[in-house]
Order: sequence, then structure tokens, then C-alpha cells
Amino acid sequence: MRFDWVRIVGWIGAPQTTVPRPRLRFARNPTWSGASAVGLRANDGHGLSRTVWGALTQPTVLALLLIHPTLALAAPLKVVASFTILADMVRQVAGPHAEVIALVGPGGDTHTFDPSPADAGKLGGADLIVVNGLGLDGWMERLAKAADLKVPILTASVDVAPRQMTEAGQTVPDPHAWQDPRIGGMYLRAIALALKTADPAHATTFTDNTDRLTAALEALDQNARQQIAGVPASRRRIITSHDAFGYFGRAYGVSMLAPEGISTDQEPSAGAVARIIDQIRSQAIGTVFIENMANPRLIETIRTDTGATDGGTLYSDSLSPPDGPAPTYLAMLRYNISKLVAAMKGS
Amino acid sequence: MTLYHLLFEPFVAYGFLRRALLACLALSLGCGPIGVLLVLRRMSLMGDAMSHAILPGAAIAFLIAGLSLPAMSLGGLIAGLLVAMLAGAVSRATPLKEDASMAGFYLTSLALGVLIVSARGSNVDLLHVLFGSILSVDTPALLLVAAISAITLATLAVIYRPLIVECFDPGFLRAVGGHGPLFHGIFLGLVVLNLVAGFQSLGSLMAVGLMMLPATAARLWARDVLSLFWVASLIAFLSGYIGLLASYHLNLASGPAIIFTAGLAYVGSIVFGRNGGLVRTYFPPPHYHTTPAEHGR
Repeated sequence: MRFDWVRIVGWIGAPQTTVPRPRLRFARNPTWSGASAVGLRANDGHGLSRTVWGALTQPTVLALLLIHPTLALAAPLKVVASFTILADMVRQVAGPHAEVIALVGPGGDTHTFDPSPADAGKLGGADLIVVNGLGLDGWMERLAKAADLKVPILTASVDVAPRQMTEAGQTVPDPHAWQDPRIGGMYLRAIALALKTADPAHATTFTDNTDRLTAALEALDQNARQQIAGVPASRRRIITSHDAFGYFGRAYGVSMLAPEGISTDQEPSAGAVARIIDQIRSQAIGTVFIENMANPRLIETIRTDTGATDGGTLYSDSLSPPDGPAPTYLAMLRYNISKLVAAMKGS
Repeated sequence: MTLYHLLFEPFVAYGFLRRALLACLALSLGCGPIGVLLVLRRMSLMGDAMSHAILPGAAIAFLIAGLSLPAMSLGGLIAGLLVAMLAGAVSRATPLKEDASMAGFYLTSLALGVLIVSARGSNVDLLHVLFGSILSVDTPALLLVAAISAITLATLAVIYRPLIVECFDPGFLRAVGGHGPLFHGIFLGLVVLNLVAGFQSLGSLMAVGLMMLPATAARLWARDVLSLFWVASLIAFLSGYIGLLASYHLNLASGPAIIFTAGLAYVGSIVFGRNGGLVRTYFPPPHYHTTPAEHGR
């Protein structure tokens, strides 16, 4: 473990260790979600939706939402998302009816983010907080709890059957579910439902936007499937510096290898790096990827030692700035898929 | 598994391990003597304070110039030297002792660094970006570390006599007209340089461990200053070698593995050291007939 001086001096301390259950509830009352028994059923083919969605439709919740002062006005909803990808999803679903901000900006690392008091202030003015869950952004709920907020929190991954993976000897859920376009559709539907509850007047707009986006995601998914079908099975292997593409790999049958663990926190061992080099050499992988936020030096080392070429930047946990190649969720998926397919075909 | 596989094969098969080992060698040559001099000058904790003073400089340079090895090294160097010089100046101009003013300045520097970093709103885990790992040492980093060792050894050769006199009898050096503060300043500059080299290669605050642990361990084996230098450098290099092997065979993080090996060498020296180790002191060979108090001087 490195001595992390930034975090020790930082405002909120320890990294996320526990995995939050999927939930949608008021921050002040963590046990409240247990009371929700009535649920909406929306079978999307990847796992049943939980009863948690239905919580918003309960009379007590509706009453609370109604006495929330900002909801009485016709002003756009204020939504705070933990990071850029979720923020873009909310923006796309809500259209002009919500002002969305992301606490972790483009290029930031959501895994190790340290919120500042100003971030707590941003949460305080929100009508809805959207987090990813699955252990990615536990600091957001701690922040809401510390600020003692009465703002509903939507865990966007609520319907996802998480992919398990091993980190530091423990089995934890992989948080990077949005890299699978079909799971991205589940995120959108969860967001739409929360928005509809918070702002019922614009429910049709939210539904229309969600339908349009889901259709675009399905087209993108089909297109990706066709492209990857053209790659021989023996070449469906990718090396990246940060293990964020597990869901992508699962969806399309591509093996994802990484020199570091799932989190950017860990210091690699010489043995792990040697195994990756062996893997590249023995399986003749010709291209490796550096992601937009991970430390590129280690992957540089691996490239030097194996002679593999640089596949460019993939966007895993963060969108690019507006003038970059991946300013929206859909653009990010498209960009990543084209880069990955080119690498697999070229090697 | 043969001995060859255990001890040499990893370095033959993997370029990154060869570069890591070379970086350890270069670091050991520079850090050994510097650490010994720090111990002799009773400034063992100074290295740790300095390493904290350097970090903000490197962080600020990263925010200005991005991931650039020279810029970050220069930033660290400037911050470290500034803190050292200010602490020296304050201790001469006010009643504060040097360690007190050093503590004051390094903490201020650290706080300032964190403030600047958080004001920029960068959420990137800075340590990971600032300092890779010994496993990701590339040719420029290797050249930097080697150059710093060469500069260190050359400078020490030039200022060796006055520096040693300043260590043991600063009053005498003043009486014969030597420039004690000048050599002290040059020495502090060397400390900062070697810490920067350690950060760039070992990739963590623990780099200071490769400076101090072998030096304190060497004190229990050797008596004169030059032998102390050699023993400290040797222990540092062996720690690097064994640490890398452990990191390879046992899947341990490489930086801590190296420093922990140096720590084991230190503990081993305390117990078995020829020059004042516990075993020699309390269970002396029969023909010596010395008391613990007489021994180990």
C-alpha cells in the first residue's frame, strides 16, 4: 500500500470497501428502502427489476417528494451524478427538463475521488442524486449522509446482475457495467423511472427519449456484434492498463487482460507484470491500450518489452471533454468499439 | 526449480526486471553514502521530512507541465532545496533549531502542495501519476537515476574532507576557516537529489527507506566512514535484488518488498552485527573477556 498523502490530508478518508446494495432511498434514513414491498415489474431480459423501483411510487414517498420545495416549481430538475457517464445518461433522458452536473469531471478517477465541501454543497441543492453503485462511488452516499440530505438517491445499476471479480483476494462486483450497451439500456430505464417520479409532468418526454436512446443502443450493439463476428475467435484478446472492460468482454466474447487489478489503487508485483508479458508473447497479441486515466508508465514498460503497438486511448470510466472523441455515452461506446475491433483485426 | 531459475532467470527473461535491477544499483551507489552521512550527522529523520517537502514540488510541476520526468524532478528538487535552505537560514537567524524549522517548513510545503492540487480540481490519484513503480522504470528514468548517482559520488569525492570534519567537529572546521554551512548546504542538495532519484524509480515515499535502512544497518558492521559507505551501498543493492526476486516469485508489490528486505537486513544487523550487534555484545566469543559496556565502541 502506498502512503497516500493526498488522501490522508483529504476531506473524506477511507476508500470504499463495502459494496452498497442497490437502492433508491432517502439518505437520512438508510433502513427505509427495506420497507418497499410494492414493485414495478419490467423484464428486460437480463435480470428482473427489483422492487426498489417501486419504492418511488409508494404514497409516503410521493408525499415527501411533493413537500420538497423545488418540486412545486416548473424549473428544471437539478440532478447530481457521481461521474460523467451517468451525467450524460441523465442529460440524454431528461433533455431540457434537468440541469445535470457530474462531481467527477472528464479524466477524473471515480474509484479514488475525494469529495470537497463544495461537492457536498452541490448535493444539497439537488432534486435527485444518481450513483452507479457496485462499489464504484460509495463516497457519494457517505457524502450525502454526512451532509444530512433529504435527497433521493438512485443507484443506476439497480437492475444489473453484477459480474463478480477478484480483487486483493476478495470477490467483489465489477462496477464498470456501462461498458455493455444492453446494460446501458437498463441504466437509462432506471434513470427514466426516477425522473418520471421526480417530475411527472414531463413523463412522456422521458419515455420518448429513453425509447429513442435504447433503440440507438440496440443498433450499436448489433453493429458491434457483426464487427466482432468478423474477428477470428483466437484473436479476440485485448490488453488494457485498467480492467474496466469485463462487461464488454462478457457481452462480446472478448478476453480482457490487464496488468493491474480492477482498481487503480494497487501496486503491481513483478510476477504479475511478467505473466502479462508472457501472455502477450505466447498469444501474439499485437496491440495494447492505455486508458484515459490510468498511469501509462507501466503499460509503456510492457509495450517496450514485447514490441506491441499502442492502440490509443480507450474511454473507460469517464467521457472525454466536449471537443474530444467521446463526449457522450453513445459516442464513447462507438469510439471504444471501433478502436477495439481495429486492434483485434490488425494484430 | 533450480538455483538458476530462482536467482537469475527472471532477469534474463524480462527487460523490465533488468532495468529495475539497474535502477536499484544506481540508487544504492548514491543513497548508501548519503544515508551514512545522514546517520553520522544525526539527521536520520531528516530524509523523511525532506521526502515530504519534495512531493508538492513534483505535484505542482505535474499540474503545470504534465507527465514529464524532467519537469517533475526539477519541481521536486526546487521544493526540496527551498525547504532545506529556508530551514537552514531560519535556524541561523532565529533561536529555532534546524530540526524545528525543518518540521515547520516541510509541513507548510506539504499543505501548500495539497492545496494547489485540490484547487486545480484534479481528481487523478496523484501518486500513481507522479511516480510509477520500479517495474516501470524506462530508459530516461534510468539515465536520470544513474546521472544523479554519478553526480552524488563525484561531489562527495570533492567535498569529502570538509564534510567529514563538519560531521565530527564543526567547531574545528570553523576555527581553521572552513565554510561549514556551505558544505552542509551542498550535502542537503545531494540528499534532495537522491530522494528525487528514489521517487522516480522506486515510485513511493518509501524511497527514503533505501537511504536510511542500509545506512543504519551498515553502522553495525563497519567502523570507518569509507567502509560504512561500501557496506551501506552493498546492503541497499542486495535489498533491491532480493526484493525484486520476492516480488517476482511471491507476487508481492515490488516497492514495499524492496524496502521490507532492507528492513530485515536492518533487524538482522541489530542481532548479528559484528560491530555492536546484540549477539556479539551479550554473548561475546570467550577469548575476548569484555563487558557489554566496553564492547561495541
